[in-house]
Amino acid sequence: MTKLRTIVFFGSLALVTALQCGCLTMSATRVRPWERAALADEIMNPDRDPLGGAMAEHVYFSREAASGGRGVGGSGCGCN
Amino acid sequence: MAAAMAVVAATSSAQIAPGDLFPSLSAAGLSAESLQRTSGNVVVVDFWASWCAPCKASFAAYSRLQRQFAERGLVIVGVSVDTSPSAYSAFIAKFNPSFVMARDSQQKLVSTVQVPTMPTCYLVDRNGRVRSIHAGFHGDQTERELLGEIEALLDAKAGSP
Repeated sequence: MTKLRTIVFFGSLALVTALQCGCLTMSATRVRPWERAALADEIMNPDRDPLGGAMAEHVYFSREAASGGRGVGGSGCGCN
Repeated sequence: MAAAMAVVAATSSAQIAPGDLFPSLSAAGLSAESLQRTSGNVVVVDFWASWCAPCKASFAAYSRLQRQFAERGLVIVGVSVDTSPSAYSAFIAKFNPSFVMARDSQQKLVSTVQVPTMPTCYLVDRNGRVRSIHAGFHGDQTERELLGEIEALLDAKAGSP
């Protein structure tokens, strides 16, 4: 029984380590500057609907008693 | 983790740097006639995309430079990284550039060169070596810098370092 528990313990440890390594490797992947066409599309602009944005901001202000501080300038192409 | 970092380091070190030979523009689908024009001449290779805002501003500057130095042998080649032919054609129709155009539809050349940002232009001397790299387009500042560098390269004789 003790041997089985040892195998399960080290097996789980190996699995968790492998998953962590996988996640770290994935985090090193990045979108190249010439691959950002989809990111630069207008549909990716969070401020493309002024009325919807104003309503969301009002709800946020009402619930959190705070406003602003979440705007990010520029487009999604990451140019210049 | 170390392996992942090695991969990232290897990728970043593959970027074209000043002093390197610039890869053949045939990878970007440049016509044989245009390729012939670049041979032995000072060449500016500009990587652009229809979705890139500074690229729009850069076209007027490159057109001015091409007109100014055409007789002295400057060839400016705009390499689009657009995968959409319609987006490429619409951009060309709108801005009507007066320099050579090519579309790197498979993004082979841009992957080889590993441009750091969009747009990026490479100034290549008569021997095919990269002399300077301009990452991004910063209006008059970039145009002034390019003007001085192009004049210096055009004054230099072929074969000189």
